[in-house]
Amino acid sequence: MAKEPVAVVGIGQTKHVAARRDVSIAGLVREAAQSALRDAELTWADIDAVVIGKAPDFFEGVMMPELYLADALGAVGKPMLRVHTAGSVGGSTALVAANLVAGRVHGTVLTLAFEKQSESNAMWGLSLPVPFQQPLLAGAGGFFAPHVRAYMRRTGAPDTVGSLVAYKDRRNALKNPYAHLHEHDVTLEKVQASPMLWDPIRYSETCPSSDGACAMILTDRAGAARSPGPPAWMHGGAMRSEPTLFAGKDFVSPQAGKDCAADVYRQAGIADPRREIDAVEMYVPFSWYEPMWLENLGFAEEGEGWKLTESGVTELDGDLPVNMSGGVLSTNPIGASGMIRFAEAALQVRGRAGDHQVDGARKALGHAYGGGSQFFSMWLVGAEPPTG
Amino acid sequence: MAPHERRPVTVVAFGQSDHRRTTDEVSEVEMLMPVLHEVLAATGLKTSDIGFTCSGSSDYLAGRAFSFTMALDGVGAWPPISESHVEMDGAWALYEAWVKLQTGEADTALVYSYGKSSPGSVRDVLTRQLDPYYVAPLWPDSVALAALQAQALIDAGETDEPALAGVATRSRTAAATNPHAQLRGAVARGEYAVRPLRTGDCPPVGDGAAAVILAAGERARELCERPAWIRGIDHRIEAHGLGVRDLTDSPSTRLAAERAGVFERPVDTAELHAPFTSQEVVLRKALRLADDVTVNPSGGALAANPMMAAGLIRIGEAAARIHRGASDRAVAHATSGPCLQQNLVALLEGETRG
Repeated sequence: MAKEPVAVVGIGQTKHVAARRDVSIAGLVREAAQSALRDAELTWADIDAVVIGKAPDFFEGVMMPELYLADALGAVGKPMLRVHTAGSVGGSTALVAANLVAGRVHGTVLTLAFEKQSESNAMWGLSLPVPFQQPLLAGAGGFFAPHVRAYMRRTGAPDTVGSLVAYKDRRNALKNPYAHLHEHDVTLEKVQASPMLWDPIRYSETCPSSDGACAMILTDRAGAARSPGPPAWMHGGAMRSEPTLFAGKDFVSPQAGKDCAADVYRQAGIADPRREIDAVEMYVPFSWYEPMWLENLGFAEEGEGWKLTESGVTELDGDLPVNMSGGVLSTNPIGASGMIRFAEAALQVRGRAGDHQVDGARKALGHAYGGGSQFFSMWLVGAEPPTG
Repeated sequence: MAPHERRPVTVVAFGQSDHRRTTDEVSEVEMLMPVLHEVLAATGLKTSDIGFTCSGSSDYLAGRAFSFTMALDGVGAWPPISESHVEMDGAWALYEAWVKLQTGEADTALVYSYGKSSPGSVRDVLTRQLDPYYVAPLWPDSVALAALQAQALIDAGETDEPALAGVATRSRTAAATNPHAQLRGAVARGEYAVRPLRTGDCPPVGDGAAAVILAAGERARELCERPAWIRGIDHRIEAHGLGVRDLTDSPSTRLAAERAGVFERPVDTAELHAPFTSQEVVLRKALRLADDVTVNPSGGALAANPMMAAGLIRIGEAAARIHRGASDRAVAHATSGPCLQQNLVALLEGETRG
């Protein structure tokens, strides 16, 4: 049974900032959704279903926020689904929405993800005490730092690679009007001189806490034919999960990430990702995850990812640009971060990424991960419809 | 696409825990594991045979963020599995899995959900799902909101207190034959909880888990002697603000039922997720159930209401009745949010016998 091709015809996001005190949660999500509708030149009446995602409900203190947000997102009288797959949720949410179209359940779907971190304390939202379980040790950085160190030891990567990534992503963010951090005076020296938070992760190599939302309009072949702008076509999408902790788990390069990428490439007919993919938006909340994911996603041989970064291949004008938007390192409304990656990949192949556009980008990968490097979601989008 | 053009998908196995007031001695994973093993054993499938896995749960019941990650460990998610999670009742996880099967990317799916209400005060916890700026700060609890709905029904002449008591008695008497139910046999009407609702009109607070296996097309016949075919499934949401809704009606249920094809022919069984007696009145009307339809032969949510699993259990109970040959065409319903804000309806059929 052939699936219905899925097209992205509308993309909207808010300007991401530390605190959007001028809007409620409902106001924030509506802003992104309306922006996506404007982009697609559609109205609320054109939307058949809404799929919403965000990270833990504890972050804003609202249980099942889809109930409260139904009105703001024009969902009254429509189906509304709420996805939650930890940090990968923005990507998973887009994939669930895409499946509604691919399975011909609905023709046009609004998908949206958000986080309003200023109405919360994410650190404590993640640190509620659980009896008989180890705490996550001072937030996400404490959990991921040992795995970064393991990567450095395993590959012999020099200490300087992480700061190169942060310096690149923060410069890319200057070209993205929606990015949270706009550090006009950023220099490599400043990144390297920033305080050590969780050795080997420095302050400037970590993501900020942002308020923001991202929305996309996904539609079928008929919807794409009516689209006023160029659509981005989905060529492959997949989710993979593995347990948090178990003997033999490779935290540096989890099997779930490798399997997820392999599934996406199989669907998209990609044999050599390094040559065939033009741009990559990957989930890099701590700078060292760029070289780590380059290997995990098959863009570099094991132990070689840091060499791509060091040689400038992943710069905006490099041979394989990574995180053209400035990435999670520059913008992190947690629940939306995965969807922003997916949306940025789509922007690139639509040729609509503005100052951070990669010339001639025809195929782009959007990537998200979450939990203890255990949940993965990815999609590959192209400027042309999928064949076959 | 018209419903009849959809890929045929069936419920081939259903399992649930014994629902209990407290389960201090077991973790969520320990509560879930036997149920997962039960549905896998019933089909002979192993975790590695399953094409897609989806679960439903709520961090607010567990009192911690990312609570579902530990439950996933209990599934045995290695090698890595294709998996997703909704922060909703498991009925919506089943819907996501059904959508996945519609794409043709998987032929089987494992759906599970669980909730432990006992560690906290679920009436207080549920106030946190209300509008966070204007309503939640007032802490109106779930029983008080249901009482508003019940009073609106009485004022409209749709029911009265003796009729509500009749719903409670019928449900809990039916539960006498359900070994998993938390309340079994006749239960006293009790004192007023919030007028006009008495304790007998309200669901028990309890812990529980449920699991279902779905299969598409030919796989169904290999895995189950009399599979329950999902002829239609749809869900709709209404406005959040109670002031803009007619609490005596459920247009979202009616629309979902219409889209699922429920009104095309009569059903013989209805499993309704109506935690309060008064909500059965609303749902019966929205689903246009005739008097001869067997409603909640399991006892329904009045006999066991494990949050996040109670909706999935309605689909499972309806399917199990078809598996046993006790029903040929059943409607199953799940709800979420205050006063039936969001509703899912599934139409299940067994193949004609003889």
